[in-house]
Parts: sequence; structure tokens; C-alpha cells
Amino acid sequence: MARMKFLCDADRCIECNACVTACKNEHHVPWGINRRRVVTINDGRPGERSVSMACMHCTDAPCASVCPVNCIFSTDEGVVLHSKDLCIGCGYCFYACPFGAPQYPKVGNFGSRGKMDKCTYCAGGGGPEVPGSIEEYEKYGANRLLRGELPLCAEMCSTKSLLAGDGQIIAQIYKERIIKRGYGSGAWGWITAYREDITV
Amino acid sequence: MTDLLTRIRFLIAAVAIGWLLAFAATALAQQAGATFDPQADAVNQGTLLREFPRIQGNINQLDPKARVLIQPAGRAWDYFHQVVLRWIGAVAILGTLLTLAVAYYGLGRLRISAGRSGRKILRFKAFERTAHWLTAVSFVVLGITGLNITFGKALLLPLIGPEAFSAFSQYAKYTHNFVSFAFLLGLGLLIAIFIKDNVPDKTDIIWFKQGGGFIKSKHAPARRFNAGEKLVFWASVGAGLAVAASGLLLLFPFYVTNIFGMQIAQVVHAVIAMPFIALILGHVYIGTLGMEGAFEAMWSGHVDYNWAKEHHDLWLEQQLAKNGGGPR
Repeated sequence: MARMKFLCDADRCIECNACVTACKNEHHVPWGINRRRVVTINDGRPGERSVSMACMHCTDAPCASVCPVNCIFSTDEGVVLHSKDLCIGCGYCFYACPFGAPQYPKVGNFGSRGKMDKCTYCAGGGGPEVPGSIEEYEKYGANRLLRGELPLCAEMCSTKSLLAGDGQIIAQIYKERIIKRGYGSGAWGWITAYREDITV
Repeated sequence: MTDLLTRIRFLIAAVAIGWLLAFAATALAQQAGATFDPQADAVNQGTLLREFPRIQGNINQLDPKARVLIQPAGRAWDYFHQVVLRWIGAVAILGTLLTLAVAYYGLGRLRISAGRSGRKILRFKAFERTAHWLTAVSFVVLGITGLNITFGKALLLPLIGPEAFSAFSQYAKYTHNFVSFAFLLGLGLLIAIFIKDNVPDKTDIIWFKQGGGFIKSKHAPARRFNAGEKLVFWASVGAGLAVAASGLLLLFPFYVTNIFGMQIAQVVHAVIAMPFIALILGHVYIGTLGMEGAFEAMWSGHVDYNWAKEHHDLWLEQQLAKNGGGPR
């Protein structure tokens, strides 16, 4: 079975934010919630790079580990999902997440964050809803993976900077790119998320 | 003639342009080599993480939290919360309970040596007792709802199932957040009321030397509070203020600090709270099961003369002098 991962080839990212927009549109997430974002490092200086980041669907996901109600889990394909029915909005997943992925619909004083929302790898939700159902769509967004489609952010990426799919395959694609062009700023987040790096 | 002149002019111009181009190319190449290759010399994840434990950048969003791209410390915080904190909590709380059990079955209940006299003296006024019980009740509520975040999913979740446990935890979270203010008020009142009687003095040294009343043959003198009680007071003040400060940071997330500060606030909150709970367990034991005549001081406010003489002799003398009569 495939182990789903994300990889952002920052040497190709042009900070167009189309991934962010595609995600918001596909899942109709409310204002203030950004399941994906683009961070620019060394902005305006030589060697600046932009990285598109969302939930990396970690191996041994720290969010799932710290969740005090065990509402976060990994699927067989390595996708990290959660149940909004069980989430108590404590915010611990945000403290544990190395990538700032968990989002909350409210400001959060006195613990009133509301139910956590995050990238689902376009794989629906981790609640009791039937996969692909309208109930699941309304709570968690589209379930593209069920239809055999990859996350829309990566599919839409105009420079093919953002890659989604089986970890070994996208790592191979990135390796070939590094060899061909002779440089690469690194597989951003991979050591932290998957405890492995891509080197040539 | 003109034809030759044109050719010469063309030749000179060509050589000049060629020379200029070559010079410019060399200069550009030198510049690139000496300073920067815009492709291969880009920012690099490994280098950035070696320089600073978080990778941050700019973002077209108003949320400053979103500027942090990668913070591997999240995994360290996960390890703290799931492994270190559980050990601290288990050792502190179970260790204390075990010690208290040993004390109870070994030493037994500390009786009033001379027996009850039947006469009472006021030890804690109604206002003092109210402040104590406000703090006490809120402490127990905060302790249980707080421990639920650390141990609930291991102990309670398997018993009542995920839906009931989530519903309970949700209420527990809100209870913890709002009851904290009752605790703050109570803590403030207790500090204001009792600080003057908890200033360490020479009597405390004698009290320790005499074995704190645990050695029957030796008398340990004490004013209103003995050295042991003073230790509990100051430890509670210190722990209470630390827990309150870190708790307020957690209550208003990211107002005054970033992600690292939030993690530290949680670590401080939890690491202080566990031994604080252990300390209060000991306090509860000595005030109820552990010593005859102690609980009524905080319940009805009055203690037996003989209890006061045994545990707070200097205070009793002072009170009797204040009330006009000497020790009878």
C-alpha cells in the first residue's frame, strides 16, 4: 500500500499561492482557516525560497500522540485524519505540530477555539460519516483520494513544485530533479515529518 | 580608398565590441563566482535548522503564527507531554500516596497526647476559612480536570468510551479555564491573610531540631504556624503563582508569546502542578486522617486547648494573653 506524502520542491515554487486557493475552494473552508500556506524565507534577499506547507501527515504524528482525547489517527496510507465529533479544541495539536498545520475557527481565549481543522490530504474526515458522503464533505471537505485523485493543491501546482503521492515515487522524482539541475534546497520538513531525508 | 577605410573602421569596431563583451562576461562570471549563484546558493533547510531551531519566513496572511514554517521542537514537546510528564506525575502522586499510606499504617493517627480538654479556642475566623475552602475546592477541581488532560485517555477513556470521554473532557477543559479565577482569588486572599504569620523566625530552627513534633519525647515549639506549615505555605505560594502565570499564558494563547513560549508555558504549568498536587495531598492527609484535632480548626474554626498546647504552644499563650487571661 502506498505511503502518502507531500514534497515541496522550493527551487520551483514561485509563491503564486494557487495551492492555497485551490485548497480553500475545493473544501470550502471558512475565513481564517488556511489548511495550506506558502512561507517565503529570506524574502527579498538573494537566495529567497518559498515553501508551500500544510499537514505533512507525519510518521508517528506528534499531534495524534499529544491529543488528550485520541481523536487524531493515521490511516493505512499514512494520512493523518481526525474526528471533529471528539475534538475538544484544546490546542495541544498546534503546540506539537512541527508545521503549524492545525487550524481553529475561533480566536481561542479561554479555550474556545472550536473544532480543529486541518489538511486531510483530500481524504475526507476521521469521523463516523460515510466516506464520500455529503455529511463528510460539509464537515471535512472533499474526499478525492476515495475517487483515486490526489490532493488538489499538488495537482493544480503550475510549476509542479508541490508533489503529492506515494513517498518513494515523489522522492525519486525529486532526486532526478536534483541530479539533472545540480542543486536542491532540501526536502522541506521531511526529516522532521518522516525521519528521512532525500539526498543524492 | 573609402572601401578600405570602411573595412578598417569595421575591424576596429568589431575588435572593440568583442573585447568589451569578453570583458563584461568575465566580470559577470567573476561577480557570480565571488558572491552568489542565485540557483545553487539558495537558502537550505539543513543550514537554517543548524542556525536556529525554527525556520521562519514571510507570509501573505495576517496570522503571525503562520510565519513559522518548521519547528521540530513540536516533537520534543510531544515527548515531554507523553513520556516525561507522565513519569513526573506518576512518581510524584503515587509516591506521595504510598508514603502517606506507610505513614498511616506505620505511625498511625497522631493523637492529642493529653486527650481532649473539652475547651475550645478560635483558631481560624470565618473569613479565613472561606478563603481556605475557596482555594481548596477550586484546587481539587483544577487538579482533577488538569490530570484528565495528562492521564485521562489512559485511565478514563477505556472505561467510558470515546464519546463520553470527549464530552467529559470538553466540560473539564471549560471548568479548568474558569475555575482558575476562583483559585487565583483564593490564593491572593490566603497570601494576604496568612503571610504575616508565615515569616520564618528562630522558632522554626528549634522546631526542626526538635524533630517537628514527630519525636514524642521532644517538644517542638510553634507560633500560629509551625515550620512545616510555613514550608507548605511558601511552597504553595511559589507553585500557585507559577501555575497562575503560566496558566494565564495558556488561557490567552499567542497573545504575549510565540509557539516556543506556549510550549514552555505548558511545561512549566504541568511540571509545577504535579508536585503541587503531591504537596497538597500531604497537606490534606495531615489535616484530616493524619492528626487528631487538626481538621476542626479549618472546619468549625475552633480547636481543643490541649491540641493547641501540644502543636502551637507559643500561639496559645499569645492568644490567651490577648484575651486577658493567662494559661489556665
